[in-house]
Amino acid sequence: MVGIIGFGAYVPYNRLNRAHIKDTFGAPVPKGEKAVANYDEDSITMGAMAALDCSANLDTKTIDAVYFATTTAPYKEKQSAATIAGVLDTRVDIRTADFCDSLRAASSAILAGVDAARMGLNAMVVAGECRLGYSAGPYENHFGDGAAAFLIGNNNVIAEYIDSCSISVDFHDLWRADNERFVHSWEERFCVNQGYNQFVGESVKGVLKKTGLTPADFSKIVLYGITPRYQGQIAAKLGFAPAQIQDSLYNQVGNTGTANAPMMLAAALEEAKPGDYILLATYGEGSDAIVFKVSDEIANFLPGLGLKGYIENKKASMNYGKYLRWRELIATEPAKRPVQKRSSLPDMYRNRKKNLGFYGVCCKNCGTVQFPPSRICIECRTIDQMEDYRLYGKPARVATFTVDYLAESLDPPTIVAVVDFEGGGRLICYLVDCDPDEVKVGMEVKMSFRHIFTVDSIRTYFWKAVPKL
Amino acid sequence: MAIGIKDRAAVIGMGCTKFGERYDSNLEDLLIEAIDECLEDAGVEFNDIDAFWFGTFTSGMAGLAFSNRMKSHYKPVTRLENMCCTGLDSFRNACYGVVAGAYDVVMAIGAEKLKDGGYSGLEVPTEDSDRTLPDLTAPSRFAFVAPAYAHKYGLDMQQMKEVMARIAWKNHKNGALNPKAQYRSEVPMESILKSPMICSPLGVMDCSGVSDGAACAIITRTEDAKKYRKDPMYVKGIQIAAGPAHSEKHQSYDFTTAFETYYAGQAAYREAGITNPREQISLAEVHDCFTPTELIIYEDLQFSERGQGWKDAMNGFFDLDGGLPVNPDGGLKSFGHPIGASGIRMLYESWLQFHGRAGKRQLENPRIGLAQNLGGQPYSCVVGVGIVGNELG
Repeated sequence: MVGIIGFGAYVPYNRLNRAHIKDTFGAPVPKGEKAVANYDEDSITMGAMAALDCSANLDTKTIDAVYFATTTAPYKEKQSAATIAGVLDTRVDIRTADFCDSLRAASSAILAGVDAARMGLNAMVVAGECRLGYSAGPYENHFGDGAAAFLIGNNNVIAEYIDSCSISVDFHDLWRADNERFVHSWEERFCVNQGYNQFVGESVKGVLKKTGLTPADFSKIVLYGITPRYQGQIAAKLGFAPAQIQDSLYNQVGNTGTANAPMMLAAALEEAKPGDYILLATYGEGSDAIVFKVSDEIANFLPGLGLKGYIENKKASMNYGKYLRWRELIATEPAKRPVQKRSSLPDMYRNRKKNLGFYGVCCKNCGTVQFPPSRICIECRTIDQMEDYRLYGKPARVATFTVDYLAESLDPPTIVAVVDFEGGGRLICYLVDCDPDEVKVGMEVKMSFRHIFTVDSIRTYFWKAVPKL
Repeated sequence: MAIGIKDRAAVIGMGCTKFGERYDSNLEDLLIEAIDECLEDAGVEFNDIDAFWFGTFTSGMAGLAFSNRMKSHYKPVTRLENMCCTGLDSFRNACYGVVAGAYDVVMAIGAEKLKDGGYSGLEVPTEDSDRTLPDLTAPSRFAFVAPAYAHKYGLDMQQMKEVMARIAWKNHKNGALNPKAQYRSEVPMESILKSPMICSPLGVMDCSGVSDGAACAIITRTEDAKKYRKDPMYVKGIQIAAGPAHSEKHQSYDFTTAFETYYAGQAAYREAGITNPREQISLAEVHDCFTPTELIIYEDLQFSERGQGWKDAMNGFFDLDGGLPVNPDGGLKSFGHPIGASGIRMLYESWLQFHGRAGKRQLENPRIGLAQNLGGQPYSCVVGVGIVGNELG
């Protein structure tokens, strides 16, 4: 049996109430909130956090492939999946690949994961997205940021892969050229009537025919929609009742592009019962429709925080100006500080276990845990008696902190915390996704993978603390 | 076996520029201003100096930054950098030059031109690295101390703010009497307490100035000093301690001390034969880069018992008319902090006090002066402690 053996998700902490967009431009906007990646988040960091959520209680050394799907890869040349594999602390003898450029990239990656699982591999399939619509345009209203992840394999399968139907057509409705940040689209009626309705209809009908199932057999249809309205229309036309349609997350998160249907699938699995059939249908230059059947194993899966947990953990007080600043859509006064120096790539390479897997070391002579790794023990000065010690996942608390109003930041003030890990180890680091008035000595925190800065288009990633939920 | 350098090196002249925003002056101007005063004070010619130790954090590279400007004639010039401890360490190394017998007359100079950079705060040169660890602002590195100290010794944060403000108030009061200080006005307690927040709980008035300036000293062996003047200043002990960053990485550290200050102090006291610093020291110039730093220095240098420094601060023990005046010249807070110059500027106050030249700040019969210079942050730093006196023995 091949299928999903784990799932997880990530939604950024900050939400922009769409009403703020109306306050700025005057035109009516849809209701609800859109999730906004913090200034230090991107599709890689969100994807990595979703993958960690998925594997919260799984052994990542059993992963044989990491596939990352996005239309917003931070690099055009430089793989994202390898970074996520590093964060997951996988083995190095694995396959990694990015699935890019299409809203259907995530379902393509899931199907590739299924193919890998058929060969006996465990594939971590991650989708993360952080798209931009033009200011004051409909896509800015629609788009939100987020990520989901699934481990696909053949042991302890919680949602069996039954069958799929893929439709591929060179259909051009949305696009973003090389070097462009904002999504363009053709007239909406063309996109919906000639594209979306047509291809989703074909793939769903195709997979129903292949499996012999009818709409009534499904507990949920996890159907990507440009908006909930279009999603509902085509689902009804295909014979699904409103109660069967998995919520599109439009009101809490927004349209998260290629990560949207995967995030909905994670939400569906959070509620699923053994025996449920779930139909996943995506869209983009065609459509993929995939049928899963939930197994008894779902009762044994130990989830992480999950989509629901991340959706509930939010701050919705941000205004539109902050959104513009975080996405660097307005020119803001630079700090009167020297230009940031780039990271040394050889040093990044040497320190990859520290930077991605969040490893320190533990001295075999005296048992002192220390970060960052070094060869000489800070406590007993013994040389070369260190063993790798992964600090990620260890309970941690704030020992002391300061709120810095001086530091250059896209979201001042900056909270700097001294974080002590249970079992030993201390790190002085930034504390984000946290209200400065709420931080207290002794508060529990956990680590979150973040984009630290970019110089010479070299993106530096590392860990920051966030409040533990 | 090493016996230390107590009473083996002597200062025969010192100079110090006015510190501040010296937009009218370049590094050459600052060097000439300090060195001219110093040479005149010592009664020697520039060409009589055998070797130079030039300390600067960012204002120039190599000994050439000094020799090109001062046109020293193929003499040894060592450029020294030890962060904010640069000044005192330049002085220390210069002392060794004469004590070792390598040279007869040497000069230690510290200089910094910070205000040409166009940045607020310090511009810190960085090594190539993965740069993943946070590049924290200087005040944030020291701000950790305040809540930790308050928590450990049972002060509420309002009391802690008052202790910090009292230290700033004192240093401004002293600096107001110093014609060379960057900030020469008293600041009321209320203004300090209400100053804009920089790094909680540090307000802007808890932070030292960013300044241009230079200071220097001419040093000989003690047996030669009387050839130049009847009243030299003797080096009693000078030590530095560079830490392993144990505090930064080990949970046992509680942010109420800088071990480097303690260890450098112990070593300098040993060298100088100081057994009761609170009683024996007449004045101390310490590294009050931020007000909580000065507070924990009181305890690390054993001016106060652990947990008692805040009480001594509040009851005026460290005031100009107190039991042990600390930062009588205004300290970094009021005199300013041109990085490389500060350590030597600290010794300059003892020099003036010993010669009765401290004006309205003049103390009665000072005999032992201390300078403590700190580079880095409380949890990982290099600290120098120098002790000088106006009598042998």
